[in-house]
Amino acid sequence: MDLLGYGAFFLTTALIFSLVTLGLNLQWGLTGLFNVGLAGFVAIGAYTSALLTTPDDAARLGGFGLPILVGWLGAMVVGGIAAALTGMATLRLRSDYLAITTFGVAVVVQLVALNAQKLTGGPFGIGFIPRPFGSLAETPLLFNLSNLAVVSVVTLIAYLALEHLSRSPWGRVLKALREDERAAISLGKSARFYRVQAFAVGGAIMALAGALQAHFTGFIAPDNYLPILTFQVWVMLIVGGSGSNLGAVIGSILVWAIWAGSGTLTSILFPPEQQARAAALQIAAIGVMLCVILLIRPNGLFGDRPRRRRFSKRAKIAAGESSSGS
Amino acid sequence: MSEATKRQRETRAPVLTARNVVRRFGGLVAVNDVSFDVKAGEILGLIGPNGAGKTTMFDLLAGSILPTSGEILVNGTPVSGEAAHLRIGRGLGRTFQIPRPLPNLTLIENIMLAAQGQTGEKLLANFVTPWRVAAQERAARAKALELLQLVTLTHLAHEPARVLSGGQRKLLELARVMMADPAIILLDEPAAGVNATLLEVIIDRIRDINARGITFLLIEHNIDMVTRLCHRVLVMASGQLLSEGTAEEVARDPRVIEAYLGGAV
Repeated sequence: MDLLGYGAFFLTTALIFSLVTLGLNLQWGLTGLFNVGLAGFVAIGAYTSALLTTPDDAARLGGFGLPILVGWLGAMVVGGIAAALTGMATLRLRSDYLAITTFGVAVVVQLVALNAQKLTGGPFGIGFIPRPFGSLAETPLLFNLSNLAVVSVVTLIAYLALEHLSRSPWGRVLKALREDERAAISLGKSARFYRVQAFAVGGAIMALAGALQAHFTGFIAPDNYLPILTFQVWVMLIVGGSGSNLGAVIGSILVWAIWAGSGTLTSILFPPEQQARAAALQIAAIGVMLCVILLIRPNGLFGDRPRRRRFSKRAKIAAGESSSGS
Repeated sequence: MSEATKRQRETRAPVLTARNVVRRFGGLVAVNDVSFDVKAGEILGLIGPNGAGKTTMFDLLAGSILPTSGEILVNGTPVSGEAAHLRIGRGLGRTFQIPRPLPNLTLIENIMLAAQGQTGEKLLANFVTPWRVAAQERAARAKALELLQLVTLTHLAHEPARVLSGGQRKLLELARVMMADPAIILLDEPAAGVNATLLEVIIDRIRDINARGITFLLIEHNIDMVTRLCHRVLVMASGQLLSEGTAEEVARDPRVIEAYLGGAV
């Protein structure tokens, strides 16, 4: 029973990560936008939903006591707008410069969360965030399972919608921008317009994930949204295979399993006074796994860019080497 | 070419016009007061020694850079200030000197991308009117397959474009730009880096497409290709238009000979 409860809890967290990774896959895997500030958009979603749904609190703005669903929609809207603005501000930037800017955005969001006490509760965070099925909290197993059900449904909807989009003409334009922006422009596609869209939709999904997590744990604090979160999600996408939505989901579950597993392992293996240091081993474990995956499968488990060597052999035969030009 | 068809071609309306176009890069005047018309249905060649300003002219026409002054018109509409991505909707398509296929998309996807006015390129339409998107996609796929046949690449339809050779990439770009139904296609050195056999295929295809009423402007170093293909040739040197006429005429022009062989222009 305990194990089942823990399993449900574990999967809920892993699926919330999946949602963030799906958002990143749209931005990076499909469109090639190097967003290393995703923790900021997750935070925006979490705080937006918390502000909208918590009961009135004299110490800070709000809460507005609105229904949870309104909080989630609000998170998506605010997260989407914030991401669109980031996209517009960085229209002229590519790869490394875009990365630096998005990283800056995330740091700013985190510092605002830490210091704007009137808005975010500062370092103490926001508590008493209403939990879906809160009435079931007495029976943890049932509570965990219902949470898992909600998160599964949301992730499934996001997955199906993104799958549909990535096969659509809209997704084809995003892929074209990833591959060669100048060619796409010459064919009539506005790089700016689509980049902002990819930023906004991805950001909205990340914000929704942040909101889900906030309502699942009932408490949020600025420390939840440090750059380590961005790092974890990037590893999840790389392991799963960037460009693949299925890879984003599976990669997230796998990496979270290793992360949580190595955490449990260090807490068993090391004496309490060494725990804080041993926690660094988690990052090492993830790093080693990342190296192994990249050595065995350079495009990740489900990467959509076919493996080069095997492919080119067959394709070259088809292309007819004899008739090739330069 | 008979005198009659030549006269007919000359009286046709221009598809593309450059009017007193100037482009400066700091102190350098790369294109200096160039004016010309590309008339409907012709294949016009633009030649000149290295550094003559051909590529700059090409980029100006394609919209990737803006003119310092002067005007560019497509089918009589001024487009000089417009963003590059709007040009194909005006009927002006282009290819690249070094072809730019989308390497990880299949050939058919490469071509379908160029379809204009696709409802499915709007985010929400994919959820609101999926049947309309699907119908358009079917039509686009059928047309893309026809174009692949035209450029003799049907057998590679579902391979990623990165497997293509240099010459095949040029053919793919030609098919891709055709998908947008342009009135005029700008070709940037279609013969560069292409072997002799495939070059013949490219020349044939350009003729076929031209016979369908599509106008061409091509920049080319391969004089043999220009002579065989172009109805009319413009010669640029030092940023200015030097000479204009049939390939034979410009080849006899002493100013052109001087520009190519060196000397003060």
